[in-house]
Amino acid sequence: MTRISPWSTPVLVATAVLITFLITAGPIIIAGANPVEAYIAFVVLPLTSQFTLLEVLVTSTPILLTGAAVAIAFRAGYWNIGAEGQLLTGAIAAAGIGTLVGDLPPMLALPIMVAGGALAGAAWALVPALLRVRFGIDEVVTTLLLNPVALLLVNGLLHGPWRDPVTGFPESPRIVASAEFPTLIERSRLHLGFILAIVVIGAVWYVLARTPAGLRLRATGLSPNGARFAGINVGATLLGAALVSGAIAGIAGVSEVAGIQNRLTGGLSPGYGYTGIVVATLGTLTMPGVAIAAVFLGDLTVGASSAARSLGIPSQLGAVVQGVLLLTTVALLAVRRHRARPVDTADIGPTDARAVVEVPPA
Amino acid sequence: MIFLVDLLAATLRNATPLVYGTVGETYSERSGVLNLGIEGTMYAGAFAGFAAAWATGSPLLGLLAAIMVGILAGAVMALVTVTFGANQHVSGIGLTIGLIGLSEFANRLIFQGGELQRIGPMPTINPLAGLGDLGPIFDQYGLTWIAFLVVVPAAWWVLQRSSFGLELRAVGENPEAAEAAGVSVARTRYLALMIGGALMAIGGAFFTLALLGSFTLDIIAGRGWVCVALVIFGRWRIGRGVIGALLFSLIFSLQFRLRILPEFAGLPFEVLLALPYLVIIGALALSGRNVAYPGAYLKPYRRT
Repeated sequence: MTRISPWSTPVLVATAVLITFLITAGPIIIAGANPVEAYIAFVVLPLTSQFTLLEVLVTSTPILLTGAAVAIAFRAGYWNIGAEGQLLTGAIAAAGIGTLVGDLPPMLALPIMVAGGALAGAAWALVPALLRVRFGIDEVVTTLLLNPVALLLVNGLLHGPWRDPVTGFPESPRIVASAEFPTLIERSRLHLGFILAIVVIGAVWYVLARTPAGLRLRATGLSPNGARFAGINVGATLLGAALVSGAIAGIAGVSEVAGIQNRLTGGLSPGYGYTGIVVATLGTLTMPGVAIAAVFLGDLTVGASSAARSLGIPSQLGAVVQGVLLLTTVALLAVRRHRARPVDTADIGPTDARAVVEVPPA
Repeated sequence: MIFLVDLLAATLRNATPLVYGTVGETYSERSGVLNLGIEGTMYAGAFAGFAAAWATGSPLLGLLAAIMVGILAGAVMALVTVTFGANQHVSGIGLTIGLIGLSEFANRLIFQGGELQRIGPMPTINPLAGLGDLGPIFDQYGLTWIAFLVVVPAAWWVLQRSSFGLELRAVGENPEAAEAAGVSVARTRYLALMIGGALMAIGGAFFTLALLGSFTLDIIAGRGWVCVALVIFGRWRIGRGVIGALLFSLIFSLQFRLRILPEFAGLPFEVLLALPYLVIIGALALSGRNVAYPGAYLKPYRRT
């Protein structure tokens, strides 16, 4: 029987969750609720009925995708913090294409829409990536700054050309029926986007773990100089990772438009792009980890919104939990990394910032 | 002429939160820590300042509450990135998510989502009212006067001329050497992040206590990210950062005034509102090439 190391990833993440729950007990008590009761409502109750269980998967869908998007960029050492903006541009493309493909059967309409959204997301990621690769300009700032710009673009469209001419609501015209993602299970909101997300996760896992391109990407993330020395074109690798990351985030936008809203709305994303960073970190930048973390955060989100009704805890607590969880996870990962230092330094170097988040060998 | 005077007055006013934020971020980064918690710290400062001023009726107590929250936010960032040595990008985003969540959580608890509460905003002061037509440019909030006449020169002096500033810069450039010279890297970075956090929170509180007199969701709207960009644009120098803040604010204030012109009537205002963000990206593309980051930027320090 093998002994489980206290620093193995599952134990570490579970510890982070536990510490997070201890810290966020404070706000829950201030809100006048019992923390234990609250955490049961957050984590356990959503899993106890078929309806809420399916809602958990519905909520996981966009963050499975943004989590994968963030993880693949971070693995390359490219700090794409613009998944939110890339998601929104993907959603804009989907809402536009979705109104134009009326004559096409779903077999054609849906792939066109997904491809269009992926392209839009990649396009939104292109400028920061080029600036980084060509001129060495920090992608963190440029990807971040494009998030409010994407939101303004959405609102500009909704208050301008796409405003509903009849009601005057800031909502784009409804996409045609053949462009809507079919639901997977009757009387639920679970839609094709969930399958799509799982396929994307699987594909990213395969590329990262089993292909030369994945190897180049991981090598670049671990040590750009080492990768360069080994003959890898680091610039091209970063550019590729950034574009794929943007494309996946764009698909998340398509999925929300085609599967849930059926049109572009201002409240399309309550920060799914930023939640993707939480998912990716919690999943230690591996695809199985991202899948588990996304479902867990979906569970928490569904739980938080029902606890808002049943226990009177404002649902914004969900965001507090996400933030604290991210801080505790990244702190514990750093402690583990420090403990493992004699092994790590050999190939990473003690102060290479690009490799701080992780790294278990793939 | 009136247009120009009005524009310049608005430029100074709108630059104020950016000046606080940029100086605060400069302190963090010169000590070697990128603080992406700035967006959340400004947000929490805006909310805490408003809530305290609303509860006590005193904008000054509001400001004090914002400063406390900012110091606390900086200390949390320091705990995670300095004590634990965690990745700074991810920690900063975590801090921002958490602080925005906490502010909206408290907003919900205190104000119950009811109608928008208002406070009497801080008064404006104009010691230069006698300048005739140009006078109105200087009709500014006290926090604006303090930003340009006290905080900026003091922050510059402390960073460039005081021994603490020397230690701060040394810790950000070469922590091993600083530690060898007897400077505590951890203590200095904690202080830099806490001072920076306080300044960021004042910048956020300026929106609620002075500009608007109320708290609304998404009140910071990416201004924190703008400050991070301005620090790079200013190459980690206080003066250049302030010039960047003024330029950004000039474009921001200009687009506000363009909206009412008939030539732009057909354009959704969001398009113009996006302009300053795009300009700053363009400015970075032109001026941010091959800039020299602080030597220990992003690198956690471990005593060996």
